[in-house]
Amino acid sequence: ESSNLAGVRHILLVLSGKGGVGKSTISTELALSLRHSGKKVGILDVDLCGPSIPRMFRVQDNDVHQCDSGWVPVFVDQDKSISLMSIGFLLEKPDDAVVWRGPKKNALIKQFVADVAWGDLDFLIVDTPPGTSDEHISTVEALRPYKPLGAILVTTPQAVAVGDVRRELTFCKKTGLRVLGIVENMSGFVCPHCSECTNIFSKGGGEELAKHAGVPFLGCVPLDPQLSQSLEEGRDFIQEFPKSSAFPALAHIAQQILDSTSQRSS
Amino acid sequence: AEAAALRERLRAVRHTVLVLSGKGGVGKSTFSALLAHGLAADQAKQVALLDIDICGPSIPKMMGLEGEQVHQSGSGWSPVYVEENLGVMSVGFLLSSPDDAVIWRGPKKNGLIKQFIRDVDWGEIDYLIVDTPPGTSDEHLSIVQYLGAAHIDGAVIITTPQEVSLQDVRKEINFCRKVKLPIIGVVENMSGFICPKCKNESQIFPPTTGGAEKMCQKLNVSLLGKVPLDPQIGKSCDKGQSFLSEAPESPATLSYRNIIQRIQEYCDQHHFQEEKII
Repeated sequence: ESSNLAGVRHILLVLSGKGGVGKSTISTELALSLRHSGKKVGILDVDLCGPSIPRMFRVQDNDVHQCDSGWVPVFVDQDKSISLMSIGFLLEKPDDAVVWRGPKKNALIKQFVADVAWGDLDFLIVDTPPGTSDEHISTVEALRPYKPLGAILVTTPQAVAVGDVRRELTFCKKTGLRVLGIVENMSGFVCPHCSECTNIFSKGGGEELAKHAGVPFLGCVPLDPQLSQSLEEGRDFIQEFPKSSAFPALAHIAQQILDSTSQRSS
Repeated sequence: AEAAALRERLRAVRHTVLVLSGKGGVGKSTFSALLAHGLAADQAKQVALLDIDICGPSIPKMMGLEGEQVHQSGSGWSPVYVEENLGVMSVGFLLSSPDDAVIWRGPKKNGLIKQFIRDVDWGEIDYLIVDTPPGTSDEHLSIVQYLGAAHIDGAVIITTPQEVSLQDVRKEINFCRKVKLPIIGVVENMSGFICPKCKNESQIFPPTTGGAEKMCQKLNVSLLGKVPLDPQIGKSCDKGQSFLSEAPESPATLSYRNIIQRIQEYCDQHHFQEEKII
């Protein structure tokens, strides 16, 4: 049966119970890292209320077009190695709020999962909003027939964030979604003036949670103003800032994802 | 009859403030908790904090009330009290384990929010603060609908300086205008970080498009204030203590106190006189 996801080798979800921990950031940097390893990557942004992905690739003003098999994803550059789909592309005005209740959100998510003509991809990364509600239930249900590789859970170090991510782990367990690992983001800030490290959002909560829950810990990513700036301007952080403090951690996360696919028989 | 039940409960509420953001993780719950503590410092005021983030209820932890349960009586559900004049309600109190996930679709979430308004016996309160999840969806539509029986003084919208947040916050501002919810103003959180060692400032979340200040100018809303990053804030939240009490000298505390005062002044000016008859 031919479907728009038939050419996608690995599907992975980026989740968190908590908002603002860096799901879209990690999705973006993972895509860029995988691209630099020679992979073709798609990102499906199912955050309907707060779609952040288009701007992170500087394509927020692009339109989407339809073809025979459905929507054509937006390519971020000439070599077409990264493609995106987001409700951000469907809004007439960027400040328009999508004020929809669950059923309408669910309908669009089903369409996004089934009707985007991705073509051949090595990885489809699905970026999600925070929580364990309509978007998450619908996305997992729609993706189930395509056997996703699993989910990366993003947290920040402090207990208030970890508290929500524990619930997301329960969600994964209940829906049968394999947890590839936990990323602890915003883990420490190194002052660019004097190199003093301050744990602005505490430290260690993500690693402890991974240990407690028996899932892999993928690493700590520090706060890095160069990373924030890159995301604001839609630049390729992986290419432009290999010496910056967040680079090693982000590269390591991508490597672990690549390793997990070689363990899995296709 | 349903609308009448909601109206009845809300009759004893003098001021209602919603804390919103289009964006997650900008500090809504942190701000709601500190606003509640700040207002309750006046022992003569009765303050209520309602947490309608059903999937990610942070308020119990931040208020030091983890593990507390809700009790029922003839007059309804009892809020959990932090102080004699500060009561809290959250789905967090209905869960038996920290691993329990609330995996509900919209309609079920709406049902619980309605119950929170209709069945919680707050008594007479001066300030009802409602902490919300990020977004513009079921929870937001429902709370505006259910509180419509009373009078909502307005919304405080939280953001961080960078465009990735502002682009979601503009949507939230449009949501407020669509549902005719007055906007008290915007708070720019995580606005700069002063290194404790060398005292130099870093913009960890850079205001590449002018920050909240420029957005507020363009959209004609008040900027209530800017709050800098302070590692003690996260620590206090995790411990369930009030940051305002734990770090009274911090520049962040000063900012919060100024903002809280402005909110109080706004509420006093827009004093709710009479119950609306529908």
